[in-house]
Amino acid sequence: MGHTLAEKIIAAHVVEGPGSAAPGDNRRGDTDSHPEVWPGDLVEATVDVVLSNDITAPIAIREFETLDVERVFDPSRVVMVADHFAPNKDIKSAEQCAQMRQFAQAQGLPHHFDVGRMGIEHVLLPEQGLVVPGDLVVGADSHTCTYGALGAFATGMGSTDIAVAMATGCTWLRVPETIRVVYRGRLRPWVGGKDLILYTIGRIGVSGALYKAIEFAGPVIDHLSMDGRFTMANMAIEAGGKAGLVAVDEVTRAYVEGRASRAPRVYQADVDATYAQVVEIDAGQIEPQVAFPHLPENVRPVGQAGDVRIDQVVIGSCTNGRLEDLRVAAELLRGRQVHPDVRCIVVPGSQQVYLDTLREGWVEAFVEAGAVVSTPTCGPCLGGHMGVLAAGERAVSTTNRNFRGRMGHPESEVYLAGPAVAAASAIAGRIAHPDDIT
Amino acid sequence: MLMLIEGNVWKYGDNVDTDAIIPARYLNVSTPEELARHCMEDIDAGFAGAVQPGDVIVGGENFGCGSSREHAPLAIKGAGVAVVVARSFARIFYRNGINIGLPILECPEAVEGTEKGDQLTVDLKAGTITNLRTGRTYQTSPFPAFTMEIIQAGGLVPYTRAKMTNDK
Repeated sequence: MGHTLAEKIIAAHVVEGPGSAAPGDNRRGDTDSHPEVWPGDLVEATVDVVLSNDITAPIAIREFETLDVERVFDPSRVVMVADHFAPNKDIKSAEQCAQMRQFAQAQGLPHHFDVGRMGIEHVLLPEQGLVVPGDLVVGADSHTCTYGALGAFATGMGSTDIAVAMATGCTWLRVPETIRVVYRGRLRPWVGGKDLILYTIGRIGVSGALYKAIEFAGPVIDHLSMDGRFTMANMAIEAGGKAGLVAVDEVTRAYVEGRASRAPRVYQADVDATYAQVVEIDAGQIEPQVAFPHLPENVRPVGQAGDVRIDQVVIGSCTNGRLEDLRVAAELLRGRQVHPDVRCIVVPGSQQVYLDTLREGWVEAFVEAGAVVSTPTCGPCLGGHMGVLAAGERAVSTTNRNFRGRMGHPESEVYLAGPAVAAASAIAGRIAHPDDIT
Repeated sequence: MLMLIEGNVWKYGDNVDTDAIIPARYLNVSTPEELARHCMEDIDAGFAGAVQPGDVIVGGENFGCGSSREHAPLAIKGAGVAVVVARSFARIFYRNGINIGLPILECPEAVEGTEKGDQLTVDLKAGTITNLRTGRTYQTSPFPAFTMEIIQAGGLVPYTRAKMTNDK
């Protein structure tokens, strides 16, 4: 019987022998002679990258320090990013960033990214080549699953798990079953990765992939850009998924070439792998999608949105803050005006994305249209800063969650969409399809 | 960790997400005491002020969905809640609960038969939940041995510390 992509990657990281690794003992299963794993197995696995950010690192550091371990298992594998409440939104946030900074300095971490040199973590790490195909990545952020687009097994965990991973270089995992989702057909204009994943979550529900890995496959995925793949893998968690993976192909290799800081390892699912479920999606039937308040599964085609007046649009985040997303937004906003009742906030996902956006002339296009261009930050996505909502306000956002109170007051509303619908809505002053404003 | 619990029920529905459990605007703090003050604030403004040590939270499907923030189970634990019983848990929240020593039990039947204000007794070792109002007892599946070791140690850090000491 064959194995899924997730099973293969985990198997290649299983710690050999009885018991488990001691601190600093980063043994790795030899890819040629490692054991097989099956769904339901509880294993101890080595990790390639351990990630945290300014809101999750303080707890991780506190727990790390109670472990009586002097040094992290490998400073080059521990990544810390100041992205959630940075540039700092208040004194307490500044203290959290300071704590993370001090720990990074004391431990000599080469990959601590601070204001001016950072990006939103899940945009930044692939861009910097810090995650490569075949990696097993754990991060104290639920959208760590984003790196699955690189053919890695990447999953979100809490700060305590990350503290133990920083100390030992290992983590315990229950091997998940996998749901394979196959996308066929020809994409309609303006339909991208965000629409595909919103449609999928609408179909299987916010717990449809609970405890499972998702494999995204099919000809549509083969032709999807890395930016689109990152968007899809990013939202695997919104269906309850443990990980969201795309098999490595030429598109992945081209992206990784020249970026990767380590040699990639390529795995493919076996043809006779066993899946918990195989979902076939006719992507040619999919219109741009919108997730209505207050659940990411509350999805409908934009054509069925009705007349929904809005106050704010956010274009950015770890979901849609990459260059391709900004290109789509710029295409629509250039030469047009943001509706007078709307605040449109564009957030490039990293300093590099910001520079590229600038060099393309899109910053000028955004500002002339009456939109704001922010430094990279998670900010508005979680109601932190850079665009918090008041009671009764509505936002269309390219972010990933729309639970009650997510972007501000509990009586505000968040509608999730891709950059095309977001930009069109900013112009129209209500939820709109790009065709409505072009 | 307390293996035998008796407390007053606070009942919620499906998909209670981590933003409901602890709004993100409070993630600039990280101690259980500070977080507890804002626990459930946006969905039940009265909870933080009225919850008593030993109380029980009862939830529907997919409890704790959303973020990986450990602040969520920490807020619940900091508020003095002794156990969370739900029809099902989101996986990161479930894992975090075990890791920080917050008891969590999956038992759809118990949730079905329980209302706000009921008194429940919970035996973590036996995996039983008894509703003192109805007199009914429910059985949950036992934790895997490995998970039980973490729970009995009081969480992942005490478990790991003990393991490291033994390995030396």
